[in-house]
Amino acid sequence: MSFFTDLKNITKKNIREYGMYIALVAIFVFFTIATNGIFISSRNISNLLNQTGYIAVLAVGMTLVIVIRHIDLSVGYLAGFLGAIAAIGMVQWNLPVYIVIPMVLGLGIIAGLITAFPVAQLGIPAFVASLAGWLIYRGLLLLVTLKTGTIIIPNDAYNAIGNGFIPDITGINFLPGMHKLTLLIGLAAVILNIIGEFRNRKSKIAYNFEVIPMNMFIMKLVMFSAIILGITWVLAGYNGMSWTVVIMLLVVAVYHYISTKTVLGRYIYAIGGNPEAAELSGIDVKKLTYVVFGSMGMMAALSGILFSSRLQSATTTAGQLFEMDAIAAAYVGGVSAAGGVGKVTGSLIGALVMTSLSSGMNLMGIDISSQYIVRGMVLLLAVIFDVATRRASK
Amino acid sequence: MNDNILEMKFITKEFPGVKALDNVSFSVKRGEIHCLVGENGAGKSTLMKVLSGVYPYGEYTGEIYLNGVEQKFSGISDSKKAGIAIIYQELALIPEMSVYENIFLGHEIANDGGIVNWNETIKQSNEMLEKVRLNVNPATKVKDLGVGKQQLIEIAKALSQDVKLLILDEPTSSLNEDDCENLFELLRDLKKHGVTSILISHKLKEVISVGDTVTVLRDGRTISTLDAHKGEVTENILIKHMVGREINNIYPPREKTAHNDVVLEVKNLTAYNPRIGREVLKDINFTIKKGEIVGFAGLVGSGRTELALSMFGNPVGYVVKGEIFIDGKRRTFNHPRQAIKSGLAYVTEDRKGNGLILIQDVKQNITLANLDRISKRGVVNDNREYTIATDYRKDLDIRTPSIEQKVLNLSGGNQQKVSVAKWLFVNPEILILDEPTRGIDVGAKYEIYTIMNRLVEEGKSIIMISSELPEILGMSDRIYVVSSGRISGEMPVEEATQEKIMHMATN
Repeated sequence: MSFFTDLKNITKKNIREYGMYIALVAIFVFFTIATNGIFISSRNISNLLNQTGYIAVLAVGMTLVIVIRHIDLSVGYLAGFLGAIAAIGMVQWNLPVYIVIPMVLGLGIIAGLITAFPVAQLGIPAFVASLAGWLIYRGLLLLVTLKTGTIIIPNDAYNAIGNGFIPDITGINFLPGMHKLTLLIGLAAVILNIIGEFRNRKSKIAYNFEVIPMNMFIMKLVMFSAIILGITWVLAGYNGMSWTVVIMLLVVAVYHYISTKTVLGRYIYAIGGNPEAAELSGIDVKKLTYVVFGSMGMMAALSGILFSSRLQSATTTAGQLFEMDAIAAAYVGGVSAAGGVGKVTGSLIGALVMTSLSSGMNLMGIDISSQYIVRGMVLLLAVIFDVATRRASK
Repeated sequence: MNDNILEMKFITKEFPGVKALDNVSFSVKRGEIHCLVGENGAGKSTLMKVLSGVYPYGEYTGEIYLNGVEQKFSGISDSKKAGIAIIYQELALIPEMSVYENIFLGHEIANDGGIVNWNETIKQSNEMLEKVRLNVNPATKVKDLGVGKQQLIEIAKALSQDVKLLILDEPTSSLNEDDCENLFELLRDLKKHGVTSILISHKLKEVISVGDTVTVLRDGRTISTLDAHKGEVTENILIKHMVGREINNIYPPREKTAHNDVVLEVKNLTAYNPRIGREVLKDINFTIKKGEIVGFAGLVGSGRTELALSMFGNPVGYVVKGEIFIDGKRRTFNHPRQAIKSGLAYVTEDRKGNGLILIQDVKQNITLANLDRISKRGVVNDNREYTIATDYRKDLDIRTPSIEQKVLNLSGGNQQKVSVAKWLFVNPEILILDEPTRGIDVGAKYEIYTIMNRLVEEGKSIIMISSELPEILGMSDRIYVVSSGRISGEMPVEEATQEKIMHMATN
């Protein structure tokens, strides 16, 4: 009996955080049934994750931008433009991949700093400053692809970023047809998570901290482990983990660490919570505005690389509406427009929710026009849910 | 026949934990200029908010009669309809709109279809402007006019709505002398045309010169209503009535801890606020000694917060001139960070506005200003943070269910303690406390005072900005009085009285 009361209490307390995960699971279940299982097939899930990649990295960068109460509309076409620069670098300038990638990431940072300049220095609303960037990068993208049109990228190493999979361990006959390294990584993630959670719990108890009841704790671990193992199992049944997924998870992990564990992260959230109080606490709000926009620019560059490599080409319309998808993903993931609140992991889930909707509806053969309407309604519902639970928790 | 235009009887208004108005009665005769005076927090503004319907009927107890008829306003629009207009210190004009648009904003001259008749609007605006004797083109944008003229436009706006009772809340606080005189001349003029005025003011000289009747409030009670024409109103009497509160023994005893070495010296500090186009500080000079509590007394808006901000890295962008010496060394701060590094800390008067991050928890707020102390290579040590926050919670008796509680959910007194804890954690040599006990209950006040005593015993110095005279007298070693951006007086606490400070502050 107490198990269920505990469960009820914990769900109630954390409804906002768990809400997204529950929604994601519900979406998965719904589409799996509606498509007679095609949705959950290894091939589709692998595809879905790869499609999420270039939006997810943008959403992660956007999370911090929205947390400090700004917005960056320029990142979609910036991604497209930088993808084209990468293609030109390899095709026309004959630069090797290991030069092109850092160069493009560096250009992304510079572009972000340029967007930040009018915002931080002159107090111009980020909406306007980045709208100017949106126009400029759109123009630049058209300009650099003017003569050639779509630029085909013939570089295999580069194209593997968006299409390739991590290599498998060879020479073992165990579990034929499954991608062993992917399974191993999944298993390692589960074990590390369990160890980490237990250690965390122990130190909390040592500090006389409130912890959730043991049975809840175990259940949480079991559920989390089941999800990771489930996903890796599904992926392993196809080609294993793709490089896009690896990059996406790395980015989320790094940003999650920075935003939750470091001084920098604390400062960013403090600025979002109350910029004046942050300034009076000795935080250099201006400098951190540059940092956050710089990181956003770098994520735009990464998004451009992922997308152009996935298409194996740079097109004239690359990056169109990416910024809106990223902003939507961040809001669905629980970022607050008022600033100071929002997790990068949430934005990842938000991005997954949005791509799952597209993917599922595509499989069901639903018209693109209806897809937009559904996704719009889901965004609205997510934000209403967020506001409602926030109010309730006060 | 009763010739009172307004009678307010037995008005009581309570806020959580505070009785802002306690059985206040207040009557205003038809066609007079009635001044309402009292210290900060005496209840003047609350009383006017009750009158104008900001606090609707039911949120207070008592009765309001206008022209002998009982009124139960449920909002500002009701009181407006009844002919009451209130003009706040912060003007409520739209700067980007023209004078005539502003005058008729909210009661446009329009036909049934909602189409505005601009010609008629301009014509009537001209009439109103004539009434307030303001010679400007009604098409001028309000932002292009000075504060004095803007105030007249507010009055014109009130007149256009056929006002019978005009309430002015601190109208002269940002006006120069000519504008003030002009305003009073206008009020006298309006009196002849049947408009009664209620004037809230801190400046006793102007109260004496313009008021027919003066009512003094103190601690939410009516102390006296004086008739100026019977010679009852003098500066001394007003001050006596305003501050006549007894100083209870709410201050913890303290030994003298002041040393002779000067830790902070400010020389010729001047600050110009470009946003309002005015000098907010003029030629400020003072010194702070080690182990000393120095009180900065003065009225709200006298420039004390501006002084604190100008010293503390000037985050609001004033143009600051002057010199700051810490331990005899000249320092310039371009950012609060530098001030903090040099041993300054500033607990703001507005803990919700620019002091705390309400959506974050107690421990995060406490460590924010000195995160480096608990982090290694940029990574915060959560366990140390937890320990430190727990220590402060115990030490300052911060009452919260957990240090992971959002500050939002704490009471005012406990929020203030979090604010103090945050700045103690940077281990400052000089702590600036701006209105340290505003809006907190007596028990929490006592605890804040005890912390202050402990700090000076440890050899720290405290600058205490306070509008509460008993607090200034009860806690300070030495007192500076600030008035209109200047230091208008300095005295050791032994020589200070409430009357003396009030004289200097209202000058």
